[in-house]
Parts: sequence; structure tokens; C-alpha cells
Amino acid sequence: VAMAAPLVLHLLLALLLGSGGRSGAEPERDSLREELVLTPLPSGDVSATFQFRTRWDSELQLEGGTNHHFLRYAVLPREVVCTENLTPWKKLLPCSSKAGLSVLLKAERLFHTSYHSQAVHIRPVCRDAHCVSVSWELRQTLTVVFDAFTTGQGKKDWSLFRMFSRTITEACPLASQSHIYVDISRNSQENETLEVSPPPTSTYQAVVLGDRRTYAVYDLLNPATFSGSRSLNLQLRWKQFQDIGSQLVPFLHAQRYVSGYGLQKGELSTVLHNTHPYRAFPVLLLETVPWYLRLYVHTLAITTKGKENKPSYIHYQPAQDRLRPHLLEMLIQLPANSVTKVSIQFERALLKWTEYTPDPNHGFYVSPSVLSALVPNLVGAKPANWEESPLFSTMFPVSDSSSYFVRLYTEPLLVNLPTPDFSMPYNVICLTCTVVAVCYGSFYNLLTRTFHLEEPKRSRLVRWLANIIRRIRGVPPV
Amino acid sequence: MRKSGLPWKPGSLQPAPRLARRKTEKIRGKHAALCFATMAVMLGLPLWWKTTETYRAALPYSQIGHLDSMLLRLRVPVSVVFIQGSLPIVDQQKLPFTVVNERDVPLKCKMKLKCRFQLAYRMAGSHEEKAFKKDTIEEAEAALPLPKEDTLGSLNIFVIPEKSSLLPKDKMSYIGPKRTAFVRGTQVRQALTVMGQRILQVAQSMSLTDEVLAAALGDRLPEDKVSLDKRRPLKSSLGYEITFSLLNPDPKSHEVHWDIEGAVENYVQPFLSLLSVVGNFSMDSQILYYAMLGVTPRFDAASSSYTLAAYSLPHVINPVEARLGSRATSLYPVINFLLYVPERAHSPLYIQDKDGARVATNAFHSPRWGGIMVYNVDPSAYNTTKYPVKVDVDMVPVMEVFLSQMRLLFGIPPPQMPENFLLGDPPREGLRSWEVDRLVWARTVENVATVVTTLTSLAELLDKIGNIVIKDNVASEVYRAVDAIQEAVVELSAGNLELAFRYSREAVTSSEKAFFDPSLLHLLYFPDDQKFAIYIPLFLPMAVPIFLSMIKIIVENQKARKDIEKVD
Repeated sequence: VAMAAPLVLHLLLALLLGSGGRSGAEPERDSLREELVLTPLPSGDVSATFQFRTRWDSELQLEGGTNHHFLRYAVLPREVVCTENLTPWKKLLPCSSKAGLSVLLKAERLFHTSYHSQAVHIRPVCRDAHCVSVSWELRQTLTVVFDAFTTGQGKKDWSLFRMFSRTITEACPLASQSHIYVDISRNSQENETLEVSPPPTSTYQAVVLGDRRTYAVYDLLNPATFSGSRSLNLQLRWKQFQDIGSQLVPFLHAQRYVSGYGLQKGELSTVLHNTHPYRAFPVLLLETVPWYLRLYVHTLAITTKGKENKPSYIHYQPAQDRLRPHLLEMLIQLPANSVTKVSIQFERALLKWTEYTPDPNHGFYVSPSVLSALVPNLVGAKPANWEESPLFSTMFPVSDSSSYFVRLYTEPLLVNLPTPDFSMPYNVICLTCTVVAVCYGSFYNLLTRTFHLEEPKRSRLVRWLANIIRRIRGVPPV
Repeated sequence: MRKSGLPWKPGSLQPAPRLARRKTEKIRGKHAALCFATMAVMLGLPLWWKTTETYRAALPYSQIGHLDSMLLRLRVPVSVVFIQGSLPIVDQQKLPFTVVNERDVPLKCKMKLKCRFQLAYRMAGSHEEKAFKKDTIEEAEAALPLPKEDTLGSLNIFVIPEKSSLLPKDKMSYIGPKRTAFVRGTQVRQALTVMGQRILQVAQSMSLTDEVLAAALGDRLPEDKVSLDKRRPLKSSLGYEITFSLLNPDPKSHEVHWDIEGAVENYVQPFLSLLSVVGNFSMDSQILYYAMLGVTPRFDAASSSYTLAAYSLPHVINPVEARLGSRATSLYPVINFLLYVPERAHSPLYIQDKDGARVATNAFHSPRWGGIMVYNVDPSAYNTTKYPVKVDVDMVPVMEVFLSQMRLLFGIPPPQMPENFLLGDPPREGLRSWEVDRLVWARTVENVATVVTTLTSLAELLDKIGNIVIKDNVASEVYRAVDAIQEAVVELSAGNLELAFRYSREAVTSSEKAFFDPSLLHLLYFPDDQKFAIYIPLFLPMAVPIFLSMIKIIVENQKARKDIEKVD
């Protein structure tokens, strides 16, 4: 699987205004939870998701809650990812990269992967059921997909050391919870297909992305985990290969592309797939399109199975040149087992010549569209205690346990804008100058020179020759 | 046809009219060429000049030029009050009058600096007399009525009778925590002259000492006057960001708590509120785990403790600073205060000075950066099996160290007075009013000097490089800076320190804004060779014929003149 590595750094920045006084006598301590989820994929790839949650109970918010006038959405369609993205992110971790799971965050391995996604979320969370007091949560997630198959000479087996070139020796002493989860769902389905060593002390069952999953759990705070050896080096061995055909397709996925030809008009299309066998669900689609693509809103077309699909809600804010991008937000109902296509035509604007990037022929990036949906589960799930369940299932808490929340980002687009030849001004100046100079020169000559006819002084030979010709013609000689 | 004799046939013309015709034709050509030349010069050149000109707004160059060699007069208004019996009767009758003492400060540059103490002598009023009936000097000071002019930079000096028991016998003067001082009087002849010297000495040590001027003017002073500490204070700025960090490199053994919020409220906030004249302060705090020092301490077997030698201290800061990470978020200079709780394997940890003796405070500071203090955990806490050990930091000694470091970093060193001076204790906030005044004096002079440098170098730069666009907003900032600096100089010589400081700050802001305006760089890279590469295709073919015909006309004219001379 060759995936691009789009870094979607989705930063929700709530404006923190002032700080209230402290009332509690007991000094508050920030609580930290860390976890690593390893999911072996049948292709031989391994997906590793780190989650770190720092929660502090300080009163940071002013009364009256967040002012939604200060809420901003910004997106950077593309960024070249490098270790500089990781270093400041690691600095936010209480244990830095000295202890606990963060020891595994070795930049040279993390950026040698086929997929890399890194995020920071800051949000207020309720401390109790009635939400009387609010705590602040800083959640840092990092997901990488290792291609174990090609790097391991055709073997699908992997270990922590082979992936990260480190092993775990201890939990972060500041963490109140430190877990590693390994997805072993395939074991329970049929006979044992994979073997994890050392054997897990416990397993955990949960409904993740609508499907029931089984995880082997390693508690790093439990000294028994390290009892065998000084360090924990998780290993996984495949006993028999599974057929690729049975891999899970997510219920909601999407693609986005730009079509059309020429440098004037084009079409943006987003294709939404609902693969749920029997449930329809609504999707909130958010598009921000830069102003230099002039959208024609009347061409907005949403079709499902060849029929028009009318969105139940549309919010459109037109762009202003050089100030504001287009904002298009729609709530679209996706019927069960269907493909919906959302398309809108646009015209490419001409930029001022100083507004082009240094490599204008590369094209301009258009940010991905964002899909948010409550996707119905295939199996029923019982409501879990939010504080006690693992971090990966509490990223987006949903009160209704029959569905789960998904936010998808489609791929960013690359659109070519009409690009001028940047040497053209010089060429034009040179050409017009030459033309002007030529005209001017002849004009000048015509006006300043004096013209008069000179009596031709012919030589004797010429006159002789002329007279011969004249004689032949019968004209009197000169 | 031939017989009709049409004019176009040259053969039919007589030589004389043909020659005349040729001559008029030639004159017409000459006129046309001259016409072209005048058109090109009168119309073409100005048009080209006007359309390709870079926009350069007018700047007050001459005023900026004068700034460099201006006279800066610092006036200190001092009111001197004589208590009954402190002067001989003869001299008392001369009062009130005003004495002006002016002192030149030699500078390396063209600027001139003069300190002018304006001593207004008068006799004490009845309330003031009453206050001096008290027993101790502190009580007397407290009982004094509030002076009419208790503004920033002004001083009040009271002269008490020679035999007064308010001062200890061996002390000549007392300097209080406010802007007040007491000087012992005298009964000798020429008492006023003698007193004048004493009063001047007190006034000087309360306002414009050499240290203050050295801190403000730095490299403008001649070398022999510059002290070693001149690089210690922070540069004058509109605001400062203060970061308190608790470094816990060993969270497995120590669980450290510090009540930084309470400490800031109780100790730092009152201190900074006195300094609020100087700038805005913002504070934050953080706890950093696994933040190590860059140096491994040496084990000292004799005292079974670890030591950090003085020479290794410079290497301590860099690795720690990588973790601090607040510098990116602030425009203002950041001052760091670090409290380091050494890991259990390296405690107790002590800092040694150059002579190998332990530093009593176990702290050190780095000029313009901040301070670091090592906080050792009480060894008896380790007599437990339960780790991590809970450590509650005692904030009083920590804040004592941090505050004294803060004084040094802001350029308020502990005052050094002559031996026969008695120095009053500072108030609870930790700063005497006249110490703040001294800082404001220093900052004002420093601001003025900075603005002068900024403006002169900006003017020089703009003068040298003609390609730089000077937009109206840059010009208006320059004008504002020049106006503000002139106001500041006027206010300084009038003795209004607070106003002068405000103007000087305004001038700094405006001049920096003008100097760092990005629009200055817009056309900077547009070299002349490229410009002429564009112009040549137009200019060359147009200019060459004009030049040639001009030369021809001149040559012909000269020839014609010679011919005429010959004929003559």
C-alpha cells in the first residue's frame, strides 16, 4: 500500500482568556495517560497509533464559555513533513522522550513509513456528569503505518524493535495509565492466525469503527509485564496467511478530484461512499476553496444512483478576492450502499504576477474537504465509561452507542492556474522598443534629411551601351 | 511632355534656384532635428524620470543630522529644606533661593550630556518642624507632610541641626526609602557652600550616579568609565516576559510541588508593580520533567556532596534552554528563572564559586537571560521506601534569590553608599522609590541614545541607497520619532522625568517601526544593469540619430563660421 503522507494538523485553538483564582487546598496534579495501539493488517503493514492525554484541572476558562466569534478554522493544504514537526510536538509530552511510550518516538523511523499523521487537540472536557466544572485536555496523537512486508524481506512478522529500533523498559512515572493494545481480532474469528509474544495478561473487547474487536492488553505500570526480561519487546508472528479479500472496508470513505480541461474552467468533484449494507446516514461536508477558483454555485450538483440528492442544509459564504476563501457546508443524506457525487464547476482566476508562488507551474494546492458523520454500528455496543475506556475509543465521545463519530479528510488537490510566461514583460518591452525604434528611425530620417536628385554622371562606356540599345529600339541616342 | 518643363525634372531647373532650394531644405532638416532633440529633452526625459522614479517621501534629514550632536541636559529638581537651627542665622536670612549645579559628562561621540542639579533652598514650614520633634529618624520621616512635588525624579532633602540626635553620631546623612533624605547641618562660616557640597553628594547618589549613566550609555562612554557589569542589565524594551520553570529531572524519586501562584502574588507582583513605569510584565510558569543540566556534577568525597564548578556553569544553560521553549511565543525579551531540583543520584548539589567555596544562595544568574537556583531535597526525606518522595518547595528563600536576581537583571544593583551615609530599609515591596527613579533615568537616557542611533543610521542608509522606497507611513513614523525625541529632550531639561520617559519610549517604538518596515526592502533588488538592459532597446536607437545630427549641426555651424571669417 503506497499511501501519501498528508499531515493534517488539525488544531482547534480555543482562546484562553485570563485565569481564575485557585480554590482547592490540595495541589492539583496534571494527569497523564498514554497508550499505543498496534493493528496488524493482512497485507503485512502494521499501523501504530500513539495517544497521549494530559489533563489538568486548572480553571482556565472565563465564565460564559467559549465565545464562538473567536472560533476559527484554518487549513494548510500541504506541508513537507520532517522531524521539525515532531520535535515541538514531543516537547509537549511530560516525559519528553525519556521514559514510557515516548521512548519509541524516534524520528528517523517514524518518517520512514508509508503513512504519517500527527495531531494536537486542546479542548475543555467535563469533569463530572453535570459538567459543573471543566478540565482541560491536551491530546496528542501520532499514527504511522509501517510496511513490514517489504522491509522484512517478504515476512509479515514484526516486533517493536524492528519497527522503532527501541524497546520499552518502563512506563512514564508521571502517567496514571500506560497501555499497549494489540489488535488480535482475527484470532477470535476463526482459528488462531497470529501469535503475540510475550503472551498478554488480559484482553479487551470493544466496538471500534462499527465492528467488534479484540485487543491484547499490556499494562506498563504493572511490574509483571517486565517480569520476564528487563524490557518489553512485543513480537507478532503470522501462523497462516489470510486471504486479502476479506479485509474490512470502512462504512464511509471518500475521494476528491478535479476534472475538466483547458486553463479556464474546471470541476471539483467529491465522491462519497456509503458501504453500510442497510443503513442510511447524513454526512456534513465542509469545503473551503481558495478565492482564485471562482465557484459557480448554480452548477452544484449532488447525485446519488443517477438521481438528484437534495441536501437538507446548505451554508455558503462566497469568497472575497485576496481576503476570504469560499466556504460551502452541506448536510447530505447518504442512502445505504450507495455512491454520491458532489460536483461544482469553477473558473480559474488570473493572479497578479507577484502573487504566484516561486514554482507556479507546479500548481496550487486546494485544501481537502472535511466529512463529519455519525456512522451506524453494525453490531450493538454497550455504553462505556468515558474515563475508564481506552483513549482510542474516546477521541470523539458519542452518547448514543448505536453509532460512532468519524471525521474524514479527503486528499488535497493540485490545480493548475493559468500561468504567464514570466519573461514576457521583458520580451514585450524589447519588441515594442524595437518596433518603435524602427518607425522612429525612418520617420526621423524622413523629416531631418534633405532629399534632392543628382544629375546622373554616366561614364562613356555606359552611354555607349545605352546608345546601342536605343539604336536597336529605334529611339534617338542620348 | 518634355517641352512643358514640369518642375520635377531636375534638368529643367537653373542652378541658382536649385541651390537655394537645397539650402532651405537643409535648414528645414536642421530645424526638424533640433525639434526632435528639444522634444526628447523637454518632454521625453522628464516623462521617463517621473514614471520610473521610486517613491521617496520627504524625511527630516537636517533634524536627524542635528540629533547626533545635540545637547542632552538632565535636570534633577531638588528641594532643600532647612530645619530651624541647622544654619547660622546670617545664612538663614538669605533664604529662599535656588542654586544650579551643572556637571559635564564626557562622551565619545558628538552628543553632549550635562547633569544639572537644581537645588531650591527654603526654610522649613511649621508642619515640617513638628515632624522633627520625633525620636527616631523613621518616625520623623513618616510624620513629614507629603511634599508638594513628589514626582518621578524629584528629590527632597531636609537639613537637620548639627547636634540632632536623629542620626547616629558617626553618620552624616540618611537616605530614606522614598525620595527623601536627611543631611546634618553645620554652623561654620560659609555654611551654605559647605552644605551645598554635602547636599549635592546626597542628591547625586540618589539619582544620576556614574553607574546609572554607564548602564544607560554603554559604549558611548570613554573606556575608563565603563564598569565590568555594564552588560548585565536587560535592554530597554516595552515589555518583558518572565518565565518561572521548575526542573524536575528525576520524577521517579521526586514529586515536587511549588506554590508558584502564591509566591508570584506575594513577592513578585508587588515588586513588578513598582516597576510598571518601565514596561509591561507578563508572567508564566511551567514544570519540566526530565530536563537535565548539560554538565555532570563532580562528586566531592569530603562532604559527600556533588559540586558544580564555576567554570562549568556556562555549559549548564544551553541544553536546558532547548526545553524551555517560550521564546518563540513572545515579542518581548524573556527572562527565565529556573529552579532545579537535582536528581537523587546527584544530590545534594552545590555550586562553587571561582575560589572553590560554596555559593551561599546556591544560585547563579546569566546576564540578560535569567537565573538558575539549585534546590536540594532534605536528605532525611529519603528515609522511606515509598517513591516518589513528596517535596514541597519552600518558596521564601527561592523568591528571595529570584527577586535579587531580578534586581540585577533590570539594572538595579544594591546601592553602594559612602560610609557616613545611613541607608533606610527598603519598603515591603523591595524597591526604594529613588531606585526606581534611577532606573527610569537610565532607561530614558538609553532610549534617547538608541533612537538617535536608529534614526541616524536609517537616514544614512536611505541616503546611500537610492532604490529604497520610502512610503508615507515610514516617513510619518520617522517624523513622529523625531518629534517625540525632541519632546523627550525638552522634558528632560525641564526635569519632568515621567513625561520624558514616555516620549522616549514613543520615539523608540516609532523609530524601530520605521527602521524595520518591510516596505523598505520592496525594490531593493532591482539592480542598475537589469534596468539598463530594458532601456537600451529603446534608448539607443532613439538617442543615436539625435546625437549624430546634433554633432553634424555643430560641425556645420563651425564650418560656416570659419567660411564667413575667411570671406572677411
